[in-house]
Amino acid sequence: MAQTKVIVGLGSCGIAAGAGKVYEELQRIKEADNLDFELKKTSCIGMCFKEPLVEIIDETGSYMYGEVDAKKADEIVEKHIVNFTPVNEYIVKSDVVETKFNNYFDGQVKIALRNCGYIDPENIDEYESRGGYQAIKKIAGEKIGVQDVIKSILDSGLRGRGGGGFPTGLKWKFANNNRSKEKYLICNADEGDPGAFMDRSVLEGDPHSVLEGMIIGAYAIGASDGVIYCRAEYPLAIKRLNIAIKQAREKGYLGKDILDIEGFDFDLYIKEGAGAFVCGEETALIASVEGERGMPRKRPPFPAVSGLWRKPTNINNVETYANIPWIITNGAKEYAKYGTEKSKGTKVFALTGKIKNGGLVEVPMGITIKDIIYKLGGGIINDKKFKAVQLGGPSGGCIPEYLSHTIVDYDSVNATGAIMGSGGMVVMDETTCMVDIARFFLEFTCKESCGKCTFCRVGTKRMLEILTRITEGEGRDGDIEKLEELAYQIKDGSLCGLGQTAPNPVLTTIKYFRDEYEAHIRDKKCPALNCKKLLTYEIIEDKCTGCMVCKRGCPTKAISGEKKMPHFIDQSICIKCGDCYSKCKFDSIKVY
Amino acid sequence: MRVTRINKKEPALKAEAKVDLKLLEPLIKKYKSKKGNLIPLLQGTQSLYGYIPAEAMMILSKEAGLKVSDMYGVATFYAQFRLTPVGKNIVKMCHGTACHVQNAKAVTEDIQNFLEVKDGETTPDNLFTLETVACLGCCSLAPVMMIGDETYGKLNGKKAVEVIKEIKRKETLSQKKSLTENISKN
Repeated sequence: MAQTKVIVGLGSCGIAAGAGKVYEELQRIKEADNLDFELKKTSCIGMCFKEPLVEIIDETGSYMYGEVDAKKADEIVEKHIVNFTPVNEYIVKSDVVETKFNNYFDGQVKIALRNCGYIDPENIDEYESRGGYQAIKKIAGEKIGVQDVIKSILDSGLRGRGGGGFPTGLKWKFANNNRSKEKYLICNADEGDPGAFMDRSVLEGDPHSVLEGMIIGAYAIGASDGVIYCRAEYPLAIKRLNIAIKQAREKGYLGKDILDIEGFDFDLYIKEGAGAFVCGEETALIASVEGERGMPRKRPPFPAVSGLWRKPTNINNVETYANIPWIITNGAKEYAKYGTEKSKGTKVFALTGKIKNGGLVEVPMGITIKDIIYKLGGGIINDKKFKAVQLGGPSGGCIPEYLSHTIVDYDSVNATGAIMGSGGMVVMDETTCMVDIARFFLEFTCKESCGKCTFCRVGTKRMLEILTRITEGEGRDGDIEKLEELAYQIKDGSLCGLGQTAPNPVLTTIKYFRDEYEAHIRDKKCPALNCKKLLTYEIIEDKCTGCMVCKRGCPTKAISGEKKMPHFIDQSICIKCGDCYSKCKFDSIKVY
Repeated sequence: MRVTRINKKEPALKAEAKVDLKLLEPLIKKYKSKKGNLIPLLQGTQSLYGYIPAEAMMILSKEAGLKVSDMYGVATFYAQFRLTPVGKNIVKMCHGTACHVQNAKAVTEDIQNFLEVKDGETTPDNLFTLETVACLGCCSLAPVMMIGDETYGKLNGKKAVEVIKEIKRKETLSQKKSLTENISKN
C-alpha cells in the first residue's frame, strides 16, 4: 500500500494566508500521534482564493482541502487519515468527490506552470522525476547543434513573456551572431508591475525550470556567465533559487563542460534588485547589475551587441525561460499547436481585483477575456456589474466590458490600446472609478520615472496634477484635451518603455470612459461613487431613528438633530469624510 | 578668493548615530574586488544597521574605493535604501493595483490616523514606521499589509488598526516587564 501523502502549499501567498502554521501543526500531530503519512511541501498551484491549501493523496485519489487553518488541519487528519473518511465540506478540488472547483483547471494548459504545485521546489529529484533536465540531456545526447536549438525556438513562435512580445528565437539568433568570446545571459525577474505575481510563483514553485531554460539559452548564444536579476521583495524566491543553483551545480548541470558537451561552461548568480520599477527595462537592468542608478541607455546598440559590461547580452523573462525546456523536450510543433497565428503557446495570467476566484491561470493564447473572467475566475465578487479589466499594469490599459470578447494574443490586445504586458489582469466592477484608476497608475509611473527624459519626468507629473484635480472636483474644460496632448508628447519624447507606455492607462480610459471624465469635470460627480470630494451625503428622514451615533462622530459637527428625531447634514460644513455613512446601522444615509 | 562652503556644520548624523563600524569588515572583504559591488555593499550595510549611516558610507568609500557621490546617488535612486533610522516595526502597506481597487487607501488613512504619522514617518516612540509599497505580490488577499515577516490579508481599516494595537500592547508589556526586572535587580 502506498503511503498517504499530505502536501502543503507553501508559496508566498499561502504563507501569508497562514500555511506555515498549518504545516507546523501537521508536523506536530504527526510526531505526537506517531501517524504514518508523508508530509511534503510544494508551492502555489494557482488557486490563491482558497489558500492555505492542503492536498491529501491516498490510494483512492487526490483531495485538495481549502482555507485550512490549524484547527481544521487537526480535524482533517483525524477524520481523513485516521478514520479514512474525507471531510467533504472543506474539499475544494478532488478527482474522487464532486466539488465546485473540480473544473477549475479545465481550459487551462500548464506549460510554464507544469510543475508548480506538484513538486517540492527545494528538491531537484522531484523536478527530474517529472521530466526535468531532460531537455538539456536531449541536446547533449542527440548532439543537437546550436543553430537547431535556435531554430526550434524560432519555429515554436515563443515571444517574450515579460511584455514586449519580441520573438525569443530571433533574440537568441542576434546574440549568437556576435562573435565575441565573452557573452552574458540574464534572467529578468524584476517583476515590478503591481498586480502581477506569476514570475514570483514560477520562481518559488519551479526554480529548476528557469535554470534549465537559462542553461539552454546559454548553450544557444554561447554565454558562459549568467545573472538572475530578482526583486529583493521576493525573499522566498531568492532562497529557493539559491537552493536550486546549489543542487544544479552538484549534479553537474552548471559548471564546466556541462553534460560532457565540450567547451560548454556556464554558471550563474543572483543579483538582488533594490526596488525600482524602471529596472524591468533591459538597459536599466544592465545598469543596475553594474551597480549604477538604474537608468535606461540609448538603443541601439541593443544588448545583443553591447550589453552587460559592454559585452553581447541576452535578456529574457522568467516565464519565457520556463517555457524553453518544454519546447525542446516536446518539440516546437507541439508548442505551436496552441495559440493564434502570431501568438503561439500559452500565457500565465494573475487574476486579481474584484473577481471571485483570484489566482494564477495558464491559458492557451486565443481564449477570450470573457472566458478567463467568467469560466476560470468565476465572475465578479457579489455578482456586481463587470466594468473593465486592466491588462499590462502601469504600461497597459483598461479594456471595457463591451470588448471582453477580445481574444488574448499580442496583436488583438494591442489593438484595444492596452498591452499584454507581463500578465497582470485586474478586474474592476461598477464601484471602480476609471479616472481614479488612471490617476493611480500615473502616480505610480510618476514616482518610478528615473528622471532621465524631460517628457517622462515632468510630463507625468503634470498629467498627475491634472488627474488629481479632476478627481477632487477642480476639473476644467479642456483638461481632457490637455491630457491627450501631454500623453502623445510623453510617448514620443521618452527613451524607454516606461515613458513610452506610461500614458496608456490615461489614453485608454479616455477612449472608453470619456463620459466618466466629463461627469467629473462638468457635473462634478463621480458615477462610481469613489472620489470622496465629489460625493454628497444626505440623511433619509424616513429611515433615520435619531440614534445620534453619526452626530457624535462627525468631526466638523455638520450633523444636527434632537434625540429620536431625524438628523440633518449641513452641506456647507460637511467635509465628506464618510464617517456617518460607515457608522449608520440603519442605512439611512444616502450617497450620490 | 576661495569660495567658502555654506555648510560648515558637522552632519547631524555623525553625532547622533553611534553604530559599530567594525561590523562592516566582513562585508567589505567579501565584495571589495568584485565588479558591480556598489549595490550589494549598500544592501549589506542596510541589513546590518536597518539603514545606511553616513559614517558607514565614509568607511565604504575608503575601504572599497567607491565614491560617496555615487553611493548617495544609488541610495537615493532605489526605493529599498534608507538614510535615516527606522522604527522597530515597519508597517508596509501595499498600494498595488489589486489593493488599490479593494480600497487600500482607506486602510492607510485609518493607520495614519491611529499612529499619527504620514507615509515614510516613524512614531515618536520608535515602535512603528509606516511605508506604502507598490506590490507585495499577495494580490488575491488584497488589501494586504506586512509587518516584519508577517503578512496580513483581507484587511479593512478596523482590522489593520487592531493588528497594530496588538503589537503595540505586546511591546509596551515587554518594555514594562524589562523595566520592572531592572528595578528588582537593582
